[in-house]
Amino acid sequence: MSPNFHLWLIPLLPLLGAAINGLFGWRFSRQLVSAVALTFSGAAFALGLWVATQFPSLGTGLYRESSAVWIRAGDFQADFGFYLDQLSLIMLLIVAGVGFLIHIYSVGYMWEEGGFYRFFSYLNLFLFFMLTLILASNYLLMFVGWEGVGLASYLLIGFWFTRDQAASAGKKAFIVNRVGDFGFLIGLFLLIKHFGSLDFETLFASIRLHSPETQGAGLLTSIALLLMLGACGKSAQIPLYVWLPDAMEGPTPVSALIHAATMVTAGVYMIARSHVIYDRAPAAGMMVAILGTLTAFFAATMGMTQTDIKKVLAYSTISQLGYMFLACGVAAYTAGIFHLMTHAFFKGLLFLAAGAVMHATGGEQDMRNMGGLRTKIPWTFWSMTAATVAICGIPPFAGFFSKDEILWQAYASARGSWLYWLFGVITAGMTAFYMFRLWFLTFFGEYRGGRAEAHLPAQPGGRGSGHAGGDDPHRVPSPSHGQGGIHESPKVMLVPMVILAVLSVVGGWVSYHHTFENFLSPVFREGGTDSLVETRPTSTGVESPVEEGGKETLFMTISVGAAAIGIFLAWLLYLRRPAWPDRIAHRMWGLYQTVLHKYYVDELYAALFVKPLINGSTNLLWRGIDQNVIDAGADQSADLTRRLSDSLRHMQSGNLRSYAGWVALGAAAVIGYMVWIGIP
Amino acid sequence: MNGSLAMVPQATDYLRVLPEIVLSIFGMAIMFADPLLKERPPRTLGTLALLGSLLALAATWVQAQYPGFAFWNMVRVDAFSVFFHFLIVAVTAVVILTSFEYMEVEGIRAGEYYGLILLGAVGMSLMSSAVELVLIFLALEISSIATYILAGFRRRAAISSEASLKYFLLGSFATAFFLYGVALMFGATGSTSIQVIGAALSSFEVPALAYAGIALMFVGLAFKVAAAPFHIWTPDVYEGAPAPVVGFMSTAPKAAVFAVLLRLMFEAHAPGRIGLIWVVAALSMTLGNLGALVQNNVKRLLAYSSIAHAGYLLVAFAAVPDSGIPAAMFYAASYAAMNVGAFAVVSHFSNAGERYVKIEDYSGLSSSSPLLAAILTVFLLSLIGIPITGGFIAKFYVFSAALQSNLVGLVILGVLNSAVAAYYYLRVIVVMYMREPRGEVPVSAVPAGMGAAMAVSLAATIYLGVLPGRVLDYAGRAVAEWLH
Amino acid sequence: MVPITTLHYLVVAAALFVLGVIGVLTRRNVIIVLMSIELILNAVNLNLVAFSRLWGLHGQVFAIFVITDAAAEAAVGLGILIAFFRNKETVNVDEVDLLKW
Repeated sequence: MSPNFHLWLIPLLPLLGAAINGLFGWRFSRQLVSAVALTFSGAAFALGLWVATQFPSLGTGLYRESSAVWIRAGDFQADFGFYLDQLSLIMLLIVAGVGFLIHIYSVGYMWEEGGFYRFFSYLNLFLFFMLTLILASNYLLMFVGWEGVGLASYLLIGFWFTRDQAASAGKKAFIVNRVGDFGFLIGLFLLIKHFGSLDFETLFASIRLHSPETQGAGLLTSIALLLMLGACGKSAQIPLYVWLPDAMEGPTPVSALIHAATMVTAGVYMIARSHVIYDRAPAAGMMVAILGTLTAFFAATMGMTQTDIKKVLAYSTISQLGYMFLACGVAAYTAGIFHLMTHAFFKGLLFLAAGAVMHATGGEQDMRNMGGLRTKIPWTFWSMTAATVAICGIPPFAGFFSKDEILWQAYASARGSWLYWLFGVITAGMTAFYMFRLWFLTFFGEYRGGRAEAHLPAQPGGRGSGHAGGDDPHRVPSPSHGQGGIHESPKVMLVPMVILAVLSVVGGWVSYHHTFENFLSPVFREGGTDSLVETRPTSTGVESPVEEGGKETLFMTISVGAAAIGIFLAWLLYLRRPAWPDRIAHRMWGLYQTVLHKYYVDELYAALFVKPLINGSTNLLWRGIDQNVIDAGADQSADLTRRLSDSLRHMQSGNLRSYAGWVALGAAAVIGYMVWIGIP
Repeated sequence: MNGSLAMVPQATDYLRVLPEIVLSIFGMAIMFADPLLKERPPRTLGTLALLGSLLALAATWVQAQYPGFAFWNMVRVDAFSVFFHFLIVAVTAVVILTSFEYMEVEGIRAGEYYGLILLGAVGMSLMSSAVELVLIFLALEISSIATYILAGFRRRAAISSEASLKYFLLGSFATAFFLYGVALMFGATGSTSIQVIGAALSSFEVPALAYAGIALMFVGLAFKVAAAPFHIWTPDVYEGAPAPVVGFMSTAPKAAVFAVLLRLMFEAHAPGRIGLIWVVAALSMTLGNLGALVQNNVKRLLAYSSIAHAGYLLVAFAAVPDSGIPAAMFYAASYAAMNVGAFAVVSHFSNAGERYVKIEDYSGLSSSSPLLAAILTVFLLSLIGIPITGGFIAKFYVFSAALQSNLVGLVILGVLNSAVAAYYYLRVIVVMYMREPRGEVPVSAVPAGMGAAMAVSLAATIYLGVLPGRVLDYAGRAVAEWLH
Repeated sequence: MVPITTLHYLVVAAALFVLGVIGVLTRRNVIIVLMSIELILNAVNLNLVAFSRLWGLHGQVFAIFVITDAAAEAAVGLGILIAFFRNKETVNVDEVDLLKW
């Protein structure tokens, strides 16, 4: 007799919170709004914890419940069903846990903001969709969550909508994700067509009957590639990563929750969830690994030149997600999920700490205007330190274990290659470099904030004085926020940071004696038997042979060494010889500019896709430059438009006879076609 | 052929057209009552019209109890026709509700307006159950003539009468094509009954005349559903016509014509279906979405969007009947729900003289009227095709039906198009939520009738997204009953 | 003397149809455009009556319906035209140009 977990309650609780705050929040006091938001997100986490404690009592490690039939037509059926195995349990704890912590932090961070209730309503809404995504028992429900988190993220990025950048960043995120979703959706159609189901259990059972597509690109490979496109959109991988740096326009807690810890990992989760498909599509797996590696590498190079503290973290996130993709690509899903978890801790923390730094310095985001903050905000400093060390992969911090595991698998897995490993190690070095660069610039040296105030533009159009230019509410310089005003954040912000700091330190220890892998491995095992389709001569599950172990130690040393070199260089360039970076940048001007401008990818996309689309539709169906065309009295504009319409041949001329001409032309085409096929 | 061939229609024959009878009686009663009522409180006639449409809804239920042929095999009542009857009459009721406010604000004489809506609905519902080309033609004309006039109902506004004139001239031009096609079809097969034509077209060698007939009929019908390349009238007419009327004519007559097209394509076994539909659907989706990208007038934007949606719906026509027809039916229903709703919001917001129909006018609607903004957002999200709205399930169904029929290219084009389409709907949402409100745009309270209309459309949109099972089941059964 | 067959009628009807279409496309006066549409409808009628020789009276009955409909259409069309004329004082289709793009 298996217990009833009432999984449906877990996503529903935050939805309730979102509804209450969204509908009545404007009448509530801030205390009440935060109480509602925290209660419901906390309840979801508590329920998740309870489920986790009960989980071992399920002998099978599998639990599913179906709440209601959603669609049924013919043979195809999709339910509002929820599914729990080791994988979704871990994701559940990460999302609900980190989500809850960030909710707490946000209370402090957003306290003085307008639209307080709106913010928490969106945040709860996000949690609802994210939990739906994780717990869904079929792809279609997963897609609901998938689209929903995109929507919530869009709302939250554009939260400070008085800033044009924020609004357009939100839109960019949404549109780029639509491109990814396009792949996802077509993948789903193919699955329905060929397997008649989207339910994980049924679907994977029938896919298991297929043998791997070792040669060429068959059905499974194309499905896997399409799903990968979706994952690339959500997890900000090449070529769809462009939205994530812009998404930093949102409030910092949002960046922490959505754009670091949870939503962006949805792609990784999806690939891990679809491992049955990827196992049988080695070509697609390779593609995932290559994309992951390239993303990790290039994002890291871009991270090295950014000066905005949040942008650095954004590129770092992309880079780390690349590692996870790499892991999934080489079929080392446990390593990928492991890194996903530790990354949620330390990257969430990094963003929270960055938020605290901005809070302290009055909304400053440019690291060049920071410095020397170590003694002024010690709690933030120490939390940030823990996270920085963790991300660099220094033992025994969390990131070390997970990153090392990925790098090892990248080499040692049957699908691995030394190339992946090499790029991975170089990236690790770069990661250490840019993270410590951030660390040194922010916390060491002299405070350089004084002169910054001069060239902070007071951007117009802000609503109230709250958030004119930067992310933080306290952007506008005020006497209390000068250098003397640098202050530590309130406890409500510090407590979540400290908790995450502790997790960043100890979070990796769960892999001791492969505990984590052993826990997760049933998910990725093939229907009862012990091995994957392609064997991996690695340490997965069992103790590695002595020789392999030796190699692993060597590799580990190399990657730690790379990190150390990175740290040393950062120290040298940004603490010891602060003049050098500029000189180096001068010496390698072209390269520096290219990297600084993110390889001009945004410009490339604009030139390739955005402009032709807009121009094309403008020219094809030209609508007049002047809004007043409608007003026939406005002679000039009518004249202008007439001249324009003379010069441009266009369909929507407004002229009846030309419309009739189009109809007749279309009719002629249709008749011609029909008669042509009609005459044998 | 189980209909009676007696010269006198039987009682059940009348029951099978009961909704049409009810609508006609109320429509004529309103026309007569209009000049007799001295005071002419516009609400009275509106309420009468609403009553008529609700009674017709009940009559649809009665009609559904008597499936079969009526009037010498000219009318066929089956689950398929009942589906469209219900849809059309429900849309009519909602549109009447949205019109209350509009009529008062615009100061339009109410009588003929409601009368025309009801009589137009007669033609539309008749189209969905007619299985004989002469009757289809008459029903089509009843519905078209009513909408020609309705489009010009803001008589004092030049753009409204221009919309009406354009719609009328092009519409009757297209009808002439349709008629010519019917004549050729009659010549080719010797009958105007769809069933007989279907038998003729599937049994022996199909004469070239029939191909030409199908082509010409298709032109006429494609014009009415605003499918490219016959969509050209749509943006102009939708922009000029009164907002509630646009809500009406972008949904109910379209649904009716789609019903006719479905009968024609699948029951009459129209040859060349897949190739023709492929091109038309692809063109409609692409041209509609491209056109919408640069629009600044919400009504015009929704016009282009309706062209694109006609394209998505047509994708289902290229699929195999067993999955394609239910998908098309579901799409018609969910499109009707979201589009009528969207136009309800637009017509409420536009105010006297339709002054506020620019996208910029919606700036900051979320703070001046959060509920209105939220409702419009739901409709727009549904038009984009975001899950848990009807629009998503509808697209999902259409595309998966098409893919099952191996129309990979069309599906890719469709999904790509719907990705592009997100952009322009999103623009409206961005403006509503992420811009400062404009002081000069007044947002009045939503009156009860309008509120009810929005609530009904919203409920339908969400219902079709969350619990589409019953409607899908019904559509599936209807098709099974019809084809087998 | 060549006997007049159904085909001859069809050719005449087709010619009428094409003339009607050309009229719609080229004439500027709304009234004449309307008349051109009537011409197409008459082509339809001619077709129907011609086919009636083959298939019986159905076609002729249909033609009567078409004539009736054409009358209704013309009535409504003229009404719409008058409403339009009140606003713009023109019957030239090229001046029906407020709505575009």
